[in-house]
Amino acid sequence: MATIDDYVSRIEGTCGAESDIIVVLKYEKKDEAIANILKKATLKNKIAGIILELTYQDTSFRLYSSGKAIFRSIKNREELNKLLAALLL
Amino acid sequence: MRGTTEAINLVAYSWGLNNLGKGDEVLVSLMEHHSNIVPWEIVAKLKGFTLKYAKVNPDGTLDYDDIESKICSKTKIACLSHVSNVTGVINDVKRIGKVAHDNGALMLVDGAQSVPHMKVDVQDLDMDFMAFSGHKMLGPTGIGVFYGKKEVLEKMPPFMGGGEMIKEVSFSEGTGQCSISWNELPWKFEAGTPDIDGAIGLGEAVKYLEGLGMDNVLNHEKALTKYATKRMEECGKVTVYGPSNLSKKLGIIPFAVKGLSSHDVALFFDNYGIMMRSGFHCAQPLHELFKLQSSARASFYIYNTQEEIDRFMEVLKEFEQL
Repeated sequence: MATIDDYVSRIEGTCGAESDIIVVLKYEKKDEAIANILKKATLKNKIAGIILELTYQDTSFRLYSSGKAIFRSIKNREELNKLLAALLL
Repeated sequence: MRGTTEAINLVAYSWGLNNLGKGDEVLVSLMEHHSNIVPWEIVAKLKGFTLKYAKVNPDGTLDYDDIESKICSKTKIACLSHVSNVTGVINDVKRIGKVAHDNGALMLVDGAQSVPHMKVDVQDLDMDFMAFSGHKMLGPTGIGVFYGKKEVLEKMPPFMGGGEMIKEVSFSEGTGQCSISWNELPWKFEAGTPDIDGAIGLGEAVKYLEGLGMDNVLNHEKALTKYATKRMEECGKVTVYGPSNLSKKLGIIPFAVKGLSSHDVALFFDNYGIMMRSGFHCAQPLHELFKLQSSARASFYIYNTQEEIDRFMEVLKEFEQL
């Protein structure tokens, strides 16, 4: 059974007042992961063909074609893991 | 030393714990990297001395009137970055060191951002302590250099205990205790097995840079900084921070793009294979002063070219279209 670890290389809290979280997808799985995310999330905007502004339920986030995503307003790691599981699996 | 951070901690703990107390003052500035703030705050809580912060002007330069007015007979050590890791501003550490010495204080200089980029002469600058890190000058991570005046270091106790830093550890049956004597400098401060491969790697990096010539390194960076700054100011959505007088700064350009967080900016550039740092750069007080939540930071070294700045500008100009 697939887990988020199959798709996620690492998760980093950003340094700065924004307290964003950056999720780095595994390079070899990023295309599959992005496809999974796009099936479930709603595309709000596409910027310069690189940045995808998405929402899933009440959460907005930005996904980059390089396989990295920035999540904002996530309270804790448990909430992030639930969200990633819903988006990726 | 593992790097600048460990070296400053060495001074804060070895010298600070034994020479500072209530009524004393330690002076740092608001542009310091956290590694030149936090060790002093920790030791201040243990010893009860006051940590004073020199102001920084809105353009990121040091407020010399303020720092000089804060150095007094209570000041025991002034601790200052030679070059800001956020703005690239070069501080006149020789000037501040003289004021510190005239008031009987020592001078510590964080050379992490200066030594890799320009010629630095610790004797000419007359600093008591200085430190820099290998990974910022083409060397390996986890290795750095700590300099101290011999007469100051000789009076300081070891920072860490272990092998190599002792001359003798002799157990007495009579007292049931060990008597210990410290090794000579520099081994007194080198407990445990050293990072031998790191030291060799850093040595080779130093040789390489000296082969290029530090004046050439500096001139190359200054030319790139001048070119990049001028071009970045063409972008309406971009705000560049730092002094307009480029003769007072090195190849670091902090900037913000209207409507985007620094992390968005960094990830956007990442798509084009351009790496940059985003966030506080371990200098939160300076960002608070600039009223910034964070900043993106473009920086240059010997391997960067004008063509790369042109490419950087092409990507930056895409923000104008967003």
